[in-house]
Amino acid sequence: MSEPSESPLVLVHRTPTLTYMDDHLSRNFRLLKTYASPDPLPVFLSRHAATVTAFVNIGRLKIDAELLSHLPSLQLLVCTCVGTDHVDLAECKRLGIAVTNAGDAFSDDVADCAVGLLISVLRRISVGDRYVRSGKWAKLGEFQLGTKVSGKRVGIVGMGTIGSRIAKRLEPFGCIISYNARTQKQSIPYRYYSDVLSLAADNDVLVLCCSLTDQTRHVVNREVMESLGKEGVIINVGRGGLVDEKEMVKCLVEGVIGGAGLDVFEKEPQVPEELFGLDNVVLSPHAAVATPGALESVASVAIANLKAFFSNQPLVSPVRLG
Amino acid sequence: MESIGVLMMCPMNAYLENELQKRYNLHRFWTCPEKPAFLETHRNSIRAIVGNASAGADAQLIDDLPKLEIISSFSVGLDRIDLGKCKEKGIRVTNTPDVLTEDVADLAIGLILALLRRLCQCDSYVKSGKWKYGDFKLTTKFSGKSVGIIGLGRIGTAIAKRAQGFSCPINYYSRTEKPDVGYKYYPTVVELAQNSDILVVACPLTDETRHIVNRQVMDALGPKGVLINIGRGPHVDEKELVKALTEGRLGGAGLDVFEEEPHVPEELFGLENVVLLPHVGSATVETRNAMADLVVGNLEAHFAGKPLLTQVV
Repeated sequence: MSEPSESPLVLVHRTPTLTYMDDHLSRNFRLLKTYASPDPLPVFLSRHAATVTAFVNIGRLKIDAELLSHLPSLQLLVCTCVGTDHVDLAECKRLGIAVTNAGDAFSDDVADCAVGLLISVLRRISVGDRYVRSGKWAKLGEFQLGTKVSGKRVGIVGMGTIGSRIAKRLEPFGCIISYNARTQKQSIPYRYYSDVLSLAADNDVLVLCCSLTDQTRHVVNREVMESLGKEGVIINVGRGGLVDEKEMVKCLVEGVIGGAGLDVFEKEPQVPEELFGLDNVVLSPHAAVATPGALESVASVAIANLKAFFSNQPLVSPVRLG
Repeated sequence: MESIGVLMMCPMNAYLENELQKRYNLHRFWTCPEKPAFLETHRNSIRAIVGNASAGADAQLIDDLPKLEIISSFSVGLDRIDLGKCKEKGIRVTNTPDVLTEDVADLAIGLILALLRRLCQCDSYVKSGKWKYGDFKLTTKFSGKSVGIIGLGRIGTAIAKRAQGFSCPINYYSRTEKPDVGYKYYPTVVELAQNSDILVVACPLTDETRHIVNRQVMDALGPKGVLINIGRGPHVDEKELVKALTEGRLGGAGLDVFEEEPHVPEELFGLENVVLLPHVGSATVETRNAMADLVVGNLEAHFAGKPLLTQVV
């Protein structure tokens, strides 16, 4: 193990509450902490970060060309999300900066959340719990029937680490799985659809878990929702930007689609208030990754990527830069 | 032809009521102002009872209806019917197995996820506008947790299969060990609870299984363990459950059934580590229709002298 004075220097940025990696990082590296300085970020970087080769971005700080211009020696950007839509990947590629993400660290948790939202929407769990707690069951009696989950046709948009885990969880429910992805995957047994519109037409549920890119922005638009139909349900554990949120709100209020389970939104933490009164909608505050186990896993992956970088080994969870 | 009298014990399903009304002389027991007088008047014309999870037929009612031939339950559970008395008098009993297995198993998993991941609280958190002021706290992972199932029948097996999709090791307790299932058997419920993160009740309610989840079991499950009840309220010592939860000795509970439905102990209403549902295990449009068809199908078969579809007694 190297002497503390020989530990590599790592630039770290985080918000005040995201402290889960502090110990892991300080045990293994010398840290340059953006958050320990009163300087505005660009000033701090210009003053102190000229020789930094590795940067850990804990959270979703936007990494654009302007910010990168203050890091002339940067070779590695470690992100703690799976999604990297907050990073200018093209600029990283141009500058020769490798990018890593959270890999599989919390894919199980996101998949669990997606299935939980799906069952909660169809079986009316959230509204049922409120019904009992408010005393309505004793007073008013029978609760409105829900919809069967088992056997439903589920179309998954994005068949990466998260989509494949969602499919694995829904198979024992007898759900019929199909998917849309950038390319068909020969190794998996589910039916492939080359576009989201036709996927929606043939499914009862649409689960969104693909990355947000220029190609996938608003991939779920009004036309797709009309195709999904009035019994159809959208589950979004990807990014808010995958859905035309204004149109989705209208479709839910007007009954164009049957319901939604949403963990992400276009302008978090703002959520369209028209959704607040809808019993067929279950909302979650981007909490799909929020278990202690997940954070431990993310920390491990981040440290592993840094160690690999500093010892010239292959990175653990590199992001393809297109 | 003399019309067949069918006594329906409580409101349960509009479609079922209509189908029975079309075929038989349907008596809605809950609308009778004087039940003893009603039974006296109609004792010789009622040949069938339709019950459910809330109301069936005890020994007294069976004695009051000398022409009773068949009880067709709109449920798979038979705890509301005096089966011994039926056997004694040659009264046939049918229920609705299989058609509701998936719904109940789906709900068990839904309760686990809603409880561990605090989905109901998350929903309220966002809908009350609180997210603007800060993130919700961390919750508990489901994948990989050990699931202990009391009763490995149709429903218990369906729950096990679903939990395996979440990489959960499966443990179980049942009256006899099942050698080929590939799950770990525990000879007592206490040992099952000691060795499981999540305890699920999925056995029938009988004299032997009443309060099968008692204080000792809850203590074995402990402050990190959770209880899921999709069986019958009396499976669990509800008074002890409320104490265990309010005192923090039990980590949480997802409950679809209660000892005195629709009454639920109000001490539970303020707890964040519970999910409470109004007995909706089989409450989907698809399944209730299938259950209704089975009830009607059994009655039709009986009165036509054909083999019953889902006979229990």
